[in-house]
Amino acid sequence: MVKVENLSKEFIMHIRNDAQIEGFEGICLEVEAGTLTAVTGPSGCGKSSLLKCIYRTYTPTGGHVWYTRENGEQTDLATAEPWEIIELRKQEIGYVSQFFSVIPRVSAMDILEQTQTSRGVEEKAAREKAEEYLSCVGISKSLWDMYPATFSGGEKQRLNIANALITKPRFLLLDEPTASLDKVSKEWVMKLILDLKDQGTAMLGVFHDEIAIHTLADQRFEMRERHLVDMDYKMDYASEVLAEAIG
Amino acid sequence: MNKKMPILTGRNITVRFGEGCPYCMTHTELEKGRCPFCHTIWAVRDVSFNLYPGEILGIVGESGSGKSTLLKTLYFDVPATAGDVRLTLYHEGKDNILHCSTQNQRYLRNHLMGMVYQNPMLGLRMDLSSGANIAEKLIAAGNRNAGQMMKRCQGLLQHVEIPVERMKDAPKVFSGGMQQRVQISKAIANNPPILFLDEVTTGLDLSVQAKVLDLIRTIQQELGIAMMIVSHDLAVIRMMSDRTMVMLGGRVVEEGLTDQILEDPLHEYTQTLVSSLL
Repeated sequence: MVKVENLSKEFIMHIRNDAQIEGFEGICLEVEAGTLTAVTGPSGCGKSSLLKCIYRTYTPTGGHVWYTRENGEQTDLATAEPWEIIELRKQEIGYVSQFFSVIPRVSAMDILEQTQTSRGVEEKAAREKAEEYLSCVGISKSLWDMYPATFSGGEKQRLNIANALITKPRFLLLDEPTASLDKVSKEWVMKLILDLKDQGTAMLGVFHDEIAIHTLADQRFEMRERHLVDMDYKMDYASEVLAEAIG
Repeated sequence: MNKKMPILTGRNITVRFGEGCPYCMTHTELEKGRCPFCHTIWAVRDVSFNLYPGEILGIVGESGSGKSTLLKTLYFDVPATAGDVRLTLYHEGKDNILHCSTQNQRYLRNHLMGMVYQNPMLGLRMDLSSGANIAEKLIAAGNRNAGQMMKRCQGLLQHVEIPVERMKDAPKVFSGGMQQRVQISKAIANNPPILFLDEVTTGLDLSVQAKVLDLIRTIQQELGIAMMIVSHDLAVIRMMSDRTMVMLGGRVVEEGLTDQILEDPLHEYTQTLVSSLL
Protein backbone atom coordinates (compact mmCIF):
# COMPACT_ATOMS: atom_id res chain seq x y z
CA MET A 1 0.00 0.00 0.00
CA VAL A 2 2.90 2.35 0.71
CA LYS A 3 6.19 2.14 -1.13
CA VAL A 4 9.01 4.49 -0.19
CA GLU A 5 11.69 4.78 -2.88
CA ASN A 6 15.07 6.41 -2.35
CA LEU A 7 13.63 9.06 -0.10
CA SER A 8 16.12 11.66 1.06
CA LYS A 9 16.08 14.85 3.08
CA GLU A 10 18.66 17.54 3.55
CA PHE A 11 18.09 20.76 5.45
CA ILE A 12 19.70 24.00 4.33
CA MET A 13 19.80 26.65 7.03
CA HIS A 14 20.04 29.90 5.11
CA ILE A 15 20.13 31.93 8.26
CA ARG A 16 23.11 29.96 9.60
CA ASN A 17 25.45 30.60 6.66
CA ASP A 18 23.64 28.11 4.44
CA ALA A 19 24.71 25.25 6.67
CA GLN A 20 23.70 21.87 5.31
CA ILE A 21 22.31 19.33 7.69
CA GLU A 22 21.83 15.86 6.38
CA GLY A 23 18.65 14.14 7.44
CA PHE A 24 18.71 10.78 5.69
CA GLU A 25 19.14 9.38 2.20
CA GLY A 26 18.26 6.40 0.04
CA ILE A 27 15.43 5.20 2.25
CA CYS A 28 13.46 2.34 0.68
CA LEU A 29 10.72 0.41 2.41
CA GLU A 30 7.27 -0.99 1.87
CA VAL A 31 4.31 -1.16 4.19
CA GLU A 32 1.46 -3.55 3.47
CA ALA A 33 -2.13 -3.17 4.61
CA GLY A 34 -2.72 -4.67 8.05
CA THR A 35 0.96 -4.63 9.05
CA LEU A 36 3.14 -2.45 11.22
CA THR A 37 6.68 -1.52 10.30
CA ALA A 38 8.84 -0.31 13.15
CA VAL A 39 11.80 2.01 12.71
CA THR A 40 14.33 2.17 15.53
CA GLY A 41 17.64 3.90 16.02
CA PRO A 42 19.47 6.37 18.23
CA SER A 43 17.85 9.76 18.72
CA GLY A 44 18.79 12.36 16.14
CA CYS A 45 19.34 9.77 13.42
CA GLY A 46 16.38 11.03 11.38
CA LYS A 47 13.53 8.71 12.30
CA SER A 48 11.02 11.45 13.02
CA SER A 49 12.19 13.37 9.96
CA LEU A 50 11.39 10.30 7.89
CA LEU A 51 7.82 10.21 9.21
CA LYS A 52 7.46 13.95 8.74
CA CYS A 53 8.67 13.70 5.14
CA ILE A 54 6.07 11.03 4.43
CA TYR A 55 3.35 13.13 6.10
CA ARG A 56 4.79 16.14 4.24
CA THR A 57 5.32 18.32 7.28
CA TYR A 58 8.81 18.28 5.80
CA THR A 59 9.42 18.58 2.08
CA PRO A 60 11.54 15.63 0.92
CA THR A 61 14.67 16.58 -1.06
CA GLY A 62 14.41 13.56 -3.34
CA GLY A 63 12.72 10.22 -3.89
CA HIS A 64 9.13 9.03 -3.93
CA VAL A 65 6.45 7.83 -1.56
CA TRP A 66 3.95 5.85 -3.61
CA TYR A 67 0.66 5.59 -1.79
CA THR A 68 -2.26 3.54 -3.10
CA ARG A 69 -5.50 5.29 -2.30
CA GLU A 70 -8.72 3.63 -1.29
CA ASN A 71 -10.00 4.01 -4.86
CA GLY A 72 -6.89 2.24 -6.19
CA GLU A 73 -5.13 5.31 -7.59
CA GLN A 74 -1.48 5.88 -6.84
CA THR A 75 -0.25 9.20 -5.51
CA ASP A 76 3.34 10.22 -4.90
CA LEU A 77 3.12 11.81 -1.46
CA ALA A 78 6.60 13.29 -1.92
CA THR A 79 5.48 15.53 -4.78
CA ALA A 80 1.67 15.77 -4.44
CA GLU A 81 0.10 19.21 -4.39
CA PRO A 82 -0.61 20.62 -0.91
CA TRP A 83 -4.40 20.45 -1.42
CA GLU A 84 -4.07 16.77 -2.30
CA ILE A 85 -2.13 16.16 0.91
CA ILE A 86 -4.79 18.06 2.87
CA GLU A 87 -7.49 15.81 1.40
CA LEU A 88 -5.54 12.65 2.10
CA ARG A 89 -4.88 13.76 5.67
CA LYS A 90 -8.59 14.38 6.09
CA GLN A 91 -9.67 11.09 4.60
CA GLU A 92 -6.98 8.43 4.75
CA ILE A 93 -3.68 9.27 6.43
CA GLY A 94 -3.24 9.74 10.15
CA TYR A 95 -0.27 10.88 12.18
CA VAL A 96 0.44 10.59 15.88
CA SER A 97 3.05 13.19 16.67
CA GLN A 98 5.58 12.99 19.44
CA PHE A 99 4.36 16.26 20.89
CA PHE A 100 0.70 17.02 20.74
CA SER A 101 -0.14 20.48 19.51
CA VAL A 102 -3.77 21.20 20.22
CA ILE A 103 -6.18 23.71 18.86
CA PRO A 104 -6.57 26.20 21.69
CA ARG A 105 -9.88 26.62 23.51
CA VAL A 106 -11.52 23.47 22.19
CA SER A 107 -12.43 20.79 24.71
CA ALA A 108 -11.14 17.21 24.47
CA MET A 109 -14.61 16.00 23.58
CA ASP A 110 -15.06 18.65 20.89
CA ILE A 111 -11.69 17.85 19.34
CA LEU A 112 -12.64 14.22 18.86
CA GLU A 113 -16.10 15.19 17.65
CA GLN A 114 -14.83 17.73 15.15
CA THR A 115 -12.26 15.31 13.78
CA GLN A 116 -15.14 13.02 12.87
CA THR A 117 -17.75 15.56 11.77
CA SER A 118 -15.26 17.16 9.38
CA ARG A 119 -15.25 13.77 7.67
CA GLY A 120 -19.01 13.66 7.44
CA VAL A 121 -19.86 11.59 10.54
CA GLU A 122 -23.16 12.60 12.09
CA GLU A 123 -22.98 14.61 15.30
CA LYS A 124 -24.70 12.10 17.54
CA ALA A 125 -22.68 9.15 16.31
CA ALA A 126 -19.52 11.23 16.57
CA ARG A 127 -20.26 12.05 20.18
CA GLU A 128 -20.89 8.45 21.13
CA LYS A 129 -17.69 7.33 19.48
CA ALA A 130 -15.75 10.16 21.12
CA GLU A 131 -17.00 8.99 24.50
CA GLU A 132 -16.02 5.43 23.68
CA TYR A 133 -12.48 6.41 22.69
CA LEU A 134 -11.97 8.78 25.61
CA SER A 135 -12.81 6.04 28.07
CA CYS A 136 -10.82 3.57 26.00
CA VAL A 137 -7.58 5.52 26.44
CA GLY A 138 -8.45 6.16 30.07
CA ILE A 139 -9.11 9.87 30.20
CA SER A 140 -11.26 10.52 33.22
CA LYS A 141 -14.75 11.77 32.60
CA SER A 142 -14.22 14.98 34.52
CA LEU A 143 -11.69 16.07 31.87
CA TRP A 144 -13.82 15.48 28.81
CA ASP A 145 -15.09 19.03 28.64
CA MET A 146 -11.78 20.64 29.63
CA TYR A 147 -9.20 22.21 27.36
CA PRO A 148 -6.34 19.77 26.66
CA ALA A 149 -3.81 22.58 27.16
CA THR A 150 -4.35 21.97 30.87
CA PHE A 151 -3.81 18.19 30.62
CA SER A 152 -0.77 16.31 31.85
CA GLY A 153 1.76 15.05 29.29
CA GLY A 154 0.41 11.50 29.35
CA GLU A 155 -3.20 12.62 29.04
CA LYS A 156 -2.34 14.82 26.09
CA GLN A 157 -0.57 11.94 24.41
CA ARG A 158 -3.50 9.59 24.97
CA LEU A 159 -5.91 12.17 23.56
CA ASN A 160 -3.56 12.62 20.63
CA ILE A 161 -3.67 8.90 19.93
CA ALA A 162 -7.44 8.68 20.34
CA ASN A 163 -7.76 11.60 17.92
CA ALA A 164 -5.62 9.88 15.30
CA LEU A 165 -7.23 6.46 15.65
CA ILE A 166 -10.87 7.49 15.90
CA THR A 167 -11.24 7.99 12.17
CA LYS A 168 -9.68 4.61 11.42
CA PRO A 169 -7.12 5.89 8.91
CA ARG A 170 -5.97 3.56 6.13
CA PHE A 171 -2.35 4.56 6.68
CA LEU A 172 -1.06 5.65 10.06
CA LEU A 173 2.27 7.21 11.02
CA LEU A 174 3.21 6.82 14.66
CA ASP A 175 6.02 8.80 16.27
CA GLU A 176 6.79 7.09 19.57
CA PRO A 177 3.13 6.63 20.47
CA THR A 178 3.86 4.79 23.70
CA ALA A 179 6.57 7.08 25.03
CA SER A 180 5.61 9.02 28.17
CA LEU A 181 2.80 6.61 28.99
CA ASP A 182 2.47 4.49 32.12
CA LYS A 183 2.13 0.72 31.88
CA VAL A 184 -1.65 0.60 31.92
CA SER A 185 -2.24 3.29 29.30
CA LYS A 186 0.52 1.78 27.20
CA GLU A 187 -1.47 -1.45 27.13
CA TRP A 188 -4.65 0.40 26.16
CA VAL A 189 -2.88 2.16 23.36
CA MET A 190 -1.25 -1.03 22.11
CA LYS A 191 -4.62 -2.74 22.07
CA LEU A 192 -6.11 0.10 20.01
CA ILE A 193 -3.22 -0.15 17.57
CA LEU A 194 -3.60 -3.92 17.27
CA ASP A 195 -7.35 -3.58 16.65
CA LEU A 196 -6.68 -1.06 13.93
CA LYS A 197 -4.07 -3.33 12.37
CA ASP A 198 -6.58 -6.17 12.31
CA GLN A 199 -8.92 -3.88 10.43
CA GLY A 200 -6.34 -3.45 7.70
CA THR A 201 -4.55 -0.21 8.51
CA ALA A 202 -0.98 0.04 7.23
CA MET A 203 1.29 1.51 9.90
CA LEU A 204 4.78 2.92 10.05
CA GLY A 205 6.06 3.83 13.46
CA VAL A 206 9.11 5.02 15.34
CA PHE A 207 9.62 3.05 18.55
CA HIS A 208 12.13 2.80 21.34
CA ASP A 209 10.16 0.46 23.51
CA GLU A 210 11.16 -3.19 22.90
CA ILE A 211 7.93 -4.56 24.36
CA ALA A 212 5.85 -2.43 22.03
CA ILE A 213 7.95 -3.55 19.07
CA HIS A 214 7.55 -7.22 19.93
CA THR A 215 3.82 -6.89 20.43
CA LEU A 216 3.07 -4.72 17.43
CA ALA A 217 5.66 -4.94 14.68
CA ASP A 218 5.67 -7.26 11.69
CA GLN A 219 8.81 -5.80 10.19
CA ARG A 220 11.65 -3.85 11.72
CA PHE A 221 14.32 -1.51 10.44
CA GLU A 222 17.16 0.23 12.17
CA MET A 223 18.37 3.64 11.03
CA ARG A 224 22.16 3.79 10.88
CA GLU A 225 24.19 6.63 9.45
CA ARG A 226 21.20 8.05 7.63
CA HIS A 227 20.33 4.71 5.97
CA LEU A 228 17.93 1.97 6.85
CA VAL A 229 19.18 -1.51 7.60
CA ASP A 230 16.98 -4.39 8.61
CA MET A 231 17.49 -6.03 11.95
CA ASP A 232 19.56 -9.07 10.98
CA TYR A 233 21.93 -6.78 9.17
CA LYS A 234 22.13 -4.70 12.26
CA MET A 235 23.47 -7.66 14.18
CA ASP A 236 26.17 -8.11 11.56
CA TYR A 237 26.85 -4.42 11.70
CA ALA A 238 27.23 -4.56 15.45
CA SER A 239 29.67 -7.44 15.25
CA GLU A 240 31.60 -5.63 12.52
CA VAL A 241 31.92 -2.57 14.71
CA LEU A 242 32.89 -4.77 17.58
CA ALA A 243 35.47 -6.58 15.48
CA GLU A 244 36.94 -3.27 14.34
CA ALA A 245 37.06 -1.99 17.90
CA ILE A 246 38.81 -5.08 19.09
CA GLY A 247 41.10 -4.77 16.09
CA MET B 1 -6.51 11.83 -8.55
CA ASN B 2 -9.13 14.13 -9.99
CA LYS B 3 -8.14 17.69 -10.44
CA LYS B 4 -9.73 19.82 -7.76
CA MET B 5 -11.51 22.94 -8.96
CA PRO B 6 -10.38 26.15 -7.27
CA ILE B 7 -13.11 28.64 -6.40
CA LEU B 8 -10.81 31.59 -7.08
CA THR B 9 -7.67 31.68 -9.16
CA GLY B 10 -5.21 34.53 -9.50
CA ARG B 11 -2.49 34.63 -12.14
CA ASN B 12 0.42 37.07 -12.31
CA ILE B 13 -1.29 39.80 -10.34
CA THR B 14 0.81 42.94 -10.29
CA VAL B 15 0.09 46.23 -8.56
CA ARG B 16 2.59 48.95 -9.31
CA PHE B 17 2.66 52.52 -8.06
CA GLY B 18 4.70 54.45 -10.61
CA GLU B 19 5.57 54.05 -14.25
CA GLY B 20 8.47 51.67 -13.90
CA CYS B 21 11.76 51.90 -15.79
CA PRO B 22 13.87 49.50 -17.85
CA TYR B 23 15.72 48.45 -14.69
CA CYS B 24 12.80 47.51 -12.49
CA MET B 25 10.86 46.02 -15.41
CA THR B 26 13.55 43.40 -15.77
CA HIS B 27 14.76 42.98 -12.18
CA THR B 28 12.21 41.23 -10.04
CA GLU B 29 14.12 41.05 -6.78
CA LEU B 30 13.98 44.60 -5.55
CA GLU B 31 14.66 45.56 -1.97
CA LYS B 32 11.21 46.14 -0.38
CA GLY B 33 9.71 46.08 -3.88
CA ARG B 34 11.07 49.56 -4.57
CA CYS B 35 13.06 50.49 -7.66
CA PRO B 36 16.29 52.30 -6.69
CA PHE B 37 16.28 54.34 -9.94
CA CYS B 38 12.73 55.40 -10.75
CA HIS B 39 11.36 54.83 -7.21
CA THR B 40 8.41 52.87 -8.53
CA ILE B 41 6.82 50.70 -5.86
CA TRP B 42 5.99 47.17 -6.92
CA ALA B 43 3.46 46.49 -4.17
CA VAL B 44 2.41 43.14 -5.62
CA ARG B 45 4.42 41.42 -8.30
CA ASP B 46 3.48 38.37 -10.36
CA VAL B 47 1.45 36.75 -7.64
CA SER B 48 -0.44 33.60 -8.60
CA PHE B 49 -2.56 31.43 -6.36
CA ASN B 50 -5.49 29.05 -6.20
CA LEU B 51 -8.13 29.21 -3.50
CA TYR B 52 -10.10 25.99 -3.07
CA PRO B 53 -13.67 25.78 -1.78
CA GLY B 54 -13.94 25.77 2.00
CA GLU B 55 -10.24 26.15 2.72
CA ILE B 56 -8.36 28.81 4.63
CA LEU B 57 -5.36 30.23 2.80
CA GLY B 58 -3.03 32.23 5.01
CA ILE B 59 -0.80 35.01 3.75
CA VAL B 60 2.12 36.10 5.95
CA GLY B 61 4.83 38.64 5.47
CA GLU B 62 6.32 41.75 7.01
CA SER B 63 4.66 45.17 6.82
CA GLY B 64 4.91 46.47 3.28
CA SER B 65 5.28 43.04 1.72
CA GLY B 66 2.11 43.58 -0.30
CA LYS B 67 -0.18 41.11 1.43
CA SER B 68 -2.94 43.62 2.23
CA THR B 69 -2.65 45.19 -1.21
CA LEU B 70 -3.19 41.77 -2.73
CA LEU B 71 -6.45 41.31 -0.79
CA LYS B 72 -7.59 44.83 -1.58
CA THR B 73 -6.93 44.22 -5.25
CA LEU B 74 -9.04 41.08 -5.17
CA TYR B 75 -11.81 43.09 -3.48
CA PHE B 76 -11.43 45.91 -6.06
CA ASP B 77 -10.32 48.50 -3.50
CA VAL B 78 -6.99 48.88 -5.26
CA PRO B 79 -6.83 48.59 -9.05
CA ALA B 80 -4.41 45.98 -10.39
CA THR B 81 -1.77 47.00 -12.92
CA ALA B 82 -1.90 43.57 -14.53
CA GLY B 83 -3.13 40.11 -13.81
CA ASP B 84 -5.92 37.65 -14.29
CA VAL B 85 -8.41 36.66 -11.61
CA ARG B 86 -11.21 34.17 -12.20
CA LEU B 87 -14.07 33.24 -9.97
CA THR B 88 -15.69 29.90 -10.74
CA LEU B 89 -19.10 31.14 -9.60
CA TYR B 90 -18.98 34.16 -11.90
CA HIS B 91 -19.64 33.37 -15.58
CA GLU B 92 -18.13 29.94 -14.91
CA GLY B 93 -14.72 31.51 -14.60
CA LYS B 94 -14.64 32.67 -18.21
CA ASP B 95 -14.06 36.34 -17.42
CA ASN B 96 -11.13 38.06 -15.81
CA ILE B 97 -12.90 39.87 -12.97
CA LEU B 98 -10.19 42.53 -12.79
CA HIS B 99 -11.52 43.76 -16.15
CA CYS B 100 -15.25 43.58 -15.52
CA SER B 101 -17.40 46.71 -15.23
CA THR B 102 -17.75 48.70 -12.00
CA GLN B 103 -21.33 47.51 -11.81
CA ASN B 104 -20.31 43.86 -12.01
CA GLN B 105 -17.55 44.43 -9.51
CA ARG B 106 -20.14 45.83 -7.13
CA TYR B 107 -22.25 42.74 -7.71
CA LEU B 108 -19.27 40.52 -6.91
CA ARG B 109 -18.46 42.47 -3.75
CA ASN B 110 -22.03 42.21 -2.52
CA HIS B 111 -22.87 38.65 -3.46
CA LEU B 112 -19.78 36.54 -3.78
CA MET B 113 -17.16 38.16 -1.55
CA GLY B 114 -16.87 39.62 1.89
CA MET B 115 -14.07 41.69 3.37
CA VAL B 116 -13.06 42.36 6.95
CA TYR B 117 -10.51 45.13 7.31
CA GLN B 118 -7.96 45.66 10.04
CA ASN B 119 -9.47 49.09 10.65
CA PRO B 120 -13.23 48.82 11.30
CA MET B 121 -13.58 52.41 10.04
CA LEU B 122 -13.02 51.06 6.53
CA GLY B 123 -15.67 48.40 6.73
CA LEU B 124 -18.33 50.11 8.85
CA ARG B 125 -20.13 53.42 8.94
CA MET B 126 -19.33 54.42 12.45
CA ASP B 127 -22.27 56.80 12.93
CA LEU B 128 -25.02 54.49 11.70
CA SER B 129 -26.48 51.81 13.93
CA SER B 130 -25.02 48.31 13.74
CA GLY B 131 -28.31 47.10 12.35
CA ALA B 132 -28.21 49.70 9.60
CA ASN B 133 -24.65 48.73 8.77
CA ILE B 134 -25.66 45.15 8.14
CA ALA B 135 -28.88 46.17 6.41
CA GLU B 136 -26.83 48.30 4.02
CA LYS B 137 -25.11 45.16 2.81
CA LEU B 138 -28.42 43.31 2.51
CA ILE B 139 -29.99 46.18 0.56
CA ALA B 140 -26.97 46.28 -1.74
CA ALA B 141 -27.72 42.66 -2.57
CA GLY B 142 -31.26 43.58 -3.58
CA ASN B 143 -33.12 42.82 -0.37
CA ARG B 144 -36.09 45.16 0.18
CA ASN B 145 -38.19 43.44 2.82
CA ALA B 146 -37.71 45.35 6.10
CA GLY B 147 -39.07 42.55 8.29
CA GLN B 148 -36.81 39.94 6.73
CA MET B 149 -33.80 42.21 6.99
CA MET B 150 -34.52 42.91 10.64
CA LYS B 151 -34.63 39.20 11.34
CA ARG B 152 -31.44 38.56 9.40
CA CYS B 153 -29.63 41.37 11.27
CA GLN B 154 -30.69 39.91 14.59
CA GLY B 155 -29.58 36.45 13.55
CA LEU B 156 -26.21 37.73 12.38
CA LEU B 157 -25.54 39.76 15.50
CA GLN B 158 -26.46 36.79 17.67
CA HIS B 159 -24.11 34.70 15.60
CA VAL B 160 -21.22 37.01 16.47
CA GLU B 161 -22.39 37.22 20.09
CA ILE B 162 -23.52 40.82 20.15
CA PRO B 163 -26.67 41.31 22.23
CA VAL B 164 -29.62 42.05 19.96
CA GLU B 165 -30.63 45.05 22.05
CA ARG B 166 -27.43 46.77 20.94
CA MET B 167 -28.51 46.61 17.32
CA LYS B 168 -29.55 50.26 17.45
CA ASP B 169 -26.19 51.40 18.78
CA ALA B 170 -23.58 52.77 16.43
CA PRO B 171 -20.25 50.90 16.15
CA LYS B 172 -18.43 54.02 17.33
CA VAL B 173 -19.59 53.34 20.87
CA PHE B 174 -18.44 49.71 20.71
CA SER B 175 -15.12 48.28 21.84
CA GLY B 176 -12.54 47.26 19.22
CA GLY B 177 -13.43 43.58 19.48
CA MET B 178 -17.14 44.29 19.13
CA GLN B 179 -16.54 46.52 16.12
CA GLN B 180 -14.60 43.71 14.52
CA ARG B 181 -17.44 41.29 15.19
CA VAL B 182 -19.98 43.67 13.65
CA GLN B 183 -17.70 43.95 10.65
CA ILE B 184 -17.57 40.17 10.35
CA SER B 185 -21.35 39.86 10.54
CA LYS B 186 -21.67 42.52 7.85
CA ALA B 187 -19.16 40.74 5.65
CA ILE B 188 -21.02 37.43 5.82
CA ALA B 189 -24.50 38.98 5.62
CA ASN B 190 -25.14 37.73 2.11
CA ASN B 191 -23.56 34.29 2.62
CA PRO B 192 -20.61 34.91 0.32
CA PRO B 193 -18.59 31.82 -0.65
CA ILE B 194 -15.36 33.82 -0.23
CA LEU B 195 -14.22 35.96 2.68
CA PHE B 196 -11.09 38.11 2.84
CA LEU B 197 -9.69 38.93 6.27
CA ASP B 198 -7.02 41.61 6.51
CA GLU B 199 -5.15 41.59 9.85
CA VAL B 200 -8.47 41.35 11.67
CA THR B 201 -7.02 40.77 15.12
CA THR B 202 -4.06 43.14 14.97
CA GLY B 203 -4.32 45.72 17.71
CA LEU B 204 -6.82 43.78 19.81
CA ASP B 205 -5.79 42.50 23.21
CA LEU B 206 -5.07 38.78 23.56
CA SER B 207 -8.33 37.53 25.01
CA VAL B 208 -10.33 39.50 22.45
CA GLN B 209 -8.07 38.24 19.67
CA ALA B 210 -8.81 34.69 20.77
CA LYS B 211 -12.53 35.38 20.75
CA VAL B 212 -12.53 36.88 17.27
CA LEU B 213 -10.39 34.04 15.89
CA ASP B 214 -12.62 31.41 17.50
CA LEU B 215 -15.61 33.15 15.94
CA ILE B 216 -14.01 33.12 12.49
CA ARG B 217 -13.16 29.45 12.85
CA THR B 218 -16.70 28.57 13.91
CA ILE B 219 -18.16 30.50 10.99
CA GLN B 220 -15.78 28.75 8.64
CA GLN B 221 -16.76 25.33 9.94
CA GLU B 222 -20.48 26.05 9.91
CA LEU B 223 -20.73 27.82 6.58
CA GLY B 224 -17.76 26.31 4.74
CA ILE B 225 -16.64 29.71 3.43
CA ALA B 226 -13.28 29.80 1.63
CA MET B 227 -11.10 32.38 3.34
CA MET B 228 -7.93 34.29 2.63
CA ILE B 229 -6.41 35.47 5.88
CA VAL B 230 -3.67 38.07 5.89
CA SER B 231 -1.63 38.34 9.06
CA HIS B 232 1.88 39.14 10.11
CA ASP B 233 1.29 36.94 13.14
CA LEU B 234 2.44 33.36 12.61
CA ALA B 235 0.42 32.19 15.61
CA VAL B 236 -2.77 33.32 13.86
CA ILE B 237 -1.72 31.59 10.67
CA ARG B 238 -0.83 28.38 12.52
CA MET B 239 -4.19 28.28 14.24
CA MET B 240 -6.31 29.21 11.25
CA SER B 241 -4.94 28.23 7.88
CA ASP B 242 -4.54 24.96 5.97
CA ARG B 243 -2.12 26.40 3.42
CA THR B 244 0.10 29.45 3.62
CA MET B 245 1.81 31.82 1.21
CA VAL B 246 4.80 33.85 2.36
CA MET B 247 5.23 37.29 0.77
CA LEU B 248 8.30 39.48 0.65
CA GLY B 249 8.77 42.67 -1.35
CA GLY B 250 5.51 42.11 -3.25
CA ARG B 251 6.37 38.57 -4.33
CA VAL B 252 5.37 35.15 -3.04
CA VAL B 253 8.63 33.55 -1.94
CA GLU B 254 7.25 30.32 -0.55
CA GLU B 255 3.95 28.52 -0.32
CA GLY B 256 2.84 25.19 1.03
CA LEU B 257 1.10 23.36 3.84
CA THR B 258 1.03 25.52 6.96
CA ASP B 259 2.79 22.89 9.06
CA GLN B 260 5.50 22.59 6.41
CA ILE B 261 6.01 26.38 6.28
CA LEU B 262 6.37 26.46 10.06
CA GLU B 263 8.44 23.31 10.60
CA ASP B 264 10.48 23.06 7.42
CA PRO B 265 10.72 26.56 5.92
CA LEU B 266 12.78 26.42 2.75
CA HIS B 267 13.24 30.06 1.78
CA GLU B 268 15.72 32.22 3.62
CA TYR B 269 13.11 34.82 4.53
CA THR B 270 10.68 32.20 5.84
CA GLN B 271 13.45 30.74 7.99
CA THR B 272 14.11 34.16 9.48
CA LEU B 273 10.40 34.69 10.03
CA VAL B 274 9.88 31.34 11.74
CA SER B 275 12.99 31.75 13.87
CA SER B 276 11.58 35.06 15.11
CA LEU B 277 8.54 33.28 16.51
CA LEU B 278 8.40 33.93 20.21
